[in-house]
Amino acid sequence: MAEHIAPGGFSCPVPQPPGDRVLLSHGGGGRHMQHLLKEVFFKHFDHPLLAERGDSAVFPSMTDGSLAMTTDSYVIKPLFFPGGDIGSLAVHGTVNDLAVCGARPRYLSAGFIIEEGFPMADLVRIVDSMRHAADEVGAAIVTGDTKVVDRGSGDGLFVNVTGIGEVVVDPAPAPSHIRPGDRVLLSGDLGRHGIAVMAVREGLSFDTELCSDSGPIWPTVEAMLREGIRPHCMRDLTRGGLGAALAELAETTGLDIELDEAGLPVCEAVEGACEVLGLDPMFIANEGRFVAFVAPDQVADALAVMAEAHGDAAVIGEVHEGAGRVRIVQATGLARMLLVPTGTQLPRIC
Amino acid sequence: MKYQSEFRDAKAMRRQVAAIHDLVTGPWTLMEICGGQTHAIMRYGLDRLLPSEVTLIHGPGCPVCVTPLETIDRALAIAARPEVIFCSFGDMARVPGSRKDLLTVKAEGADVRLVYSPLDALELAKRHPDREVVFLAVGFETTAPTTAMAVRQAAKLGLVNFSLVCAHVLVPPAMRALLSSRDHPIQGFLAAGHVCTVTGYAEYYPLAERFDVPIVVTGFEPLDILQGVYLCLRELESGRSAVVNQYSRAVREDGNQTARALIHGVFRPVDRKWRGMGTLPSSGLALNDGYAAFDAVQKFAMADLVTEESETCISGEILRGRKKPCDCPAFATACNPDHPLGATMVSNEGACSAYFRYRVPHQIEEA
Repeated sequence: MAEHIAPGGFSCPVPQPPGDRVLLSHGGGGRHMQHLLKEVFFKHFDHPLLAERGDSAVFPSMTDGSLAMTTDSYVIKPLFFPGGDIGSLAVHGTVNDLAVCGARPRYLSAGFIIEEGFPMADLVRIVDSMRHAADEVGAAIVTGDTKVVDRGSGDGLFVNVTGIGEVVVDPAPAPSHIRPGDRVLLSGDLGRHGIAVMAVREGLSFDTELCSDSGPIWPTVEAMLREGIRPHCMRDLTRGGLGAALAELAETTGLDIELDEAGLPVCEAVEGACEVLGLDPMFIANEGRFVAFVAPDQVADALAVMAEAHGDAAVIGEVHEGAGRVRIVQATGLARMLLVPTGTQLPRIC
Repeated sequence: MKYQSEFRDAKAMRRQVAAIHDLVTGPWTLMEICGGQTHAIMRYGLDRLLPSEVTLIHGPGCPVCVTPLETIDRALAIAARPEVIFCSFGDMARVPGSRKDLLTVKAEGADVRLVYSPLDALELAKRHPDREVVFLAVGFETTAPTTAMAVRQAAKLGLVNFSLVCAHVLVPPAMRALLSSRDHPIQGFLAAGHVCTVTGYAEYYPLAERFDVPIVVTGFEPLDILQGVYLCLRELESGRSAVVNQYSRAVREDGNQTARALIHGVFRPVDRKWRGMGTLPSSGLALNDGYAAFDAVQKFAMADLVTEESETCISGEILRGRKKPCDCPAFATACNPDHPLGATMVSNEGACSAYFRYRVPHQIEEA
């Protein structure tokens, strides 16, 4: 598509809106691309560093202490789901990875791989939602990249978000700081994101609409730190859910983590869906929950802060000397060991 | 959820366990039929709550486990064809054939879709008239009615691009085969509650009488299973062999008439090979002559593809209740869920898989 041709046959130099759909030319480095950057990305992310249009975002050092940096790429079907979209998910996922390291999210990059023909209105909605998600934690999207691939070579839209955060606690929480006797706190109920997305993707319906838990955990982490709580380690629960996160931490530390099965918060809709589909809520994805390993004398305060953010926050377990296993104590008093599934859980029918 | 909290209640479970301890005198060996029950027994450690006189052995009621290797190889060969959209329940996706599984074939370029119902496959056939849509129909009497419904609708709509790899199997013929084998250890059955929601339990009367074994139709929650065990032991202790319905909140004596009629309208019983158990008489469902055009094995000329099972695996002995997973030298060493050697390790609900998840020796521990 070149310039707009008016009925009289002469060309009109007035820029057109970016159009209904993303075209290959929007990634081609020419005027179409400049137009897309200006009308979609710069407009919605709206940050002076971005407006500089330098090859890098240049900003002053924000701290004498440590910085944290993380990156994550996001692919999800459907792109829009109850409680969020790929844009908010991408920002939440990256800023949550910073937050569990005790880092205040500050600067973010946004990389887009867009399939030719992607609806422009959807792109605008997603970009806008990224801006809001960044605002929620006081972070700014200051640099980015756009590529457009041939129709059929992508799956609508892939997003990558890299984040830099300022570590506000010394030492930063880490698996190596977990100690026997630490209690394990969970910031809310399990499995909402995975089941909400699966429900839309597979056309399952529930009596009550189930929303993803996609959201920022930094406000809760910041409140905990402000109250003087010093978690030894934190981990946000994403793919693989609570089970995979705890199994990995147990293995890394060589310590045993003992969980009280009856104490795991799971809402009725998630529990019901898991029963029907033969899934274990322990291994379903979350996008706004984290576990914190806290010394016994700080448990009550930590739980109070967490519970203010989410009523289902709970103390779910304890760390012991051991052999790097997760033991689940059942209501009958018998214990079993947690075994992480080979890959993604697949719904069972038979 | 009420049914979960009530039927997983620790106090009620302890009361039921105490009643079993009070009741039992003799050594008894019970077989639970269904893989879902085996899984629940292992997950909740129910066998560890029972008196030492009671042994639970694990039956062949996992449709994924008993689907023969050659059916899987045929399915994989059909799935690999470029014109085919191959649909399967998630259960079968990672079950290995001789060399591959469905997810590997998908990664190699096949169009494999995981569906929740055969009716989803039928929808795909309607939407893609230029493609062949094939559904891998596995399961007992529980999943057969929806397969039958899909076939009937396909026939009604005149869809010529829809077909099945039909691997449905039936529970009572397998129970009969187990009881007919010499030296079988089974003294009582916990019958599969979900199958009975469709079939009812009238079929079990002649079995119980002929072989003198009590059969208790049993649910899947821990308290259901403990009640089922109690009712079965009560029969045994008093020298009776009745058919008893523990799962009365879901099962009626005559089952679900509509679902049964659907099955009989579309399928006929045939001799069927069970993985690890060989060919059992009248134990499988095949399409009636009127629906033969929906048979994918015929349509894609796969009937000649024949595969033999591994000889090292003892899953046949396990499915018959003669051995337990730990008796196998390959268990948790050469054979594990990532590299299953045989039937009972391939599915989550297989006995070996359940033992691996909950009973690998280093995992056994009292709280």
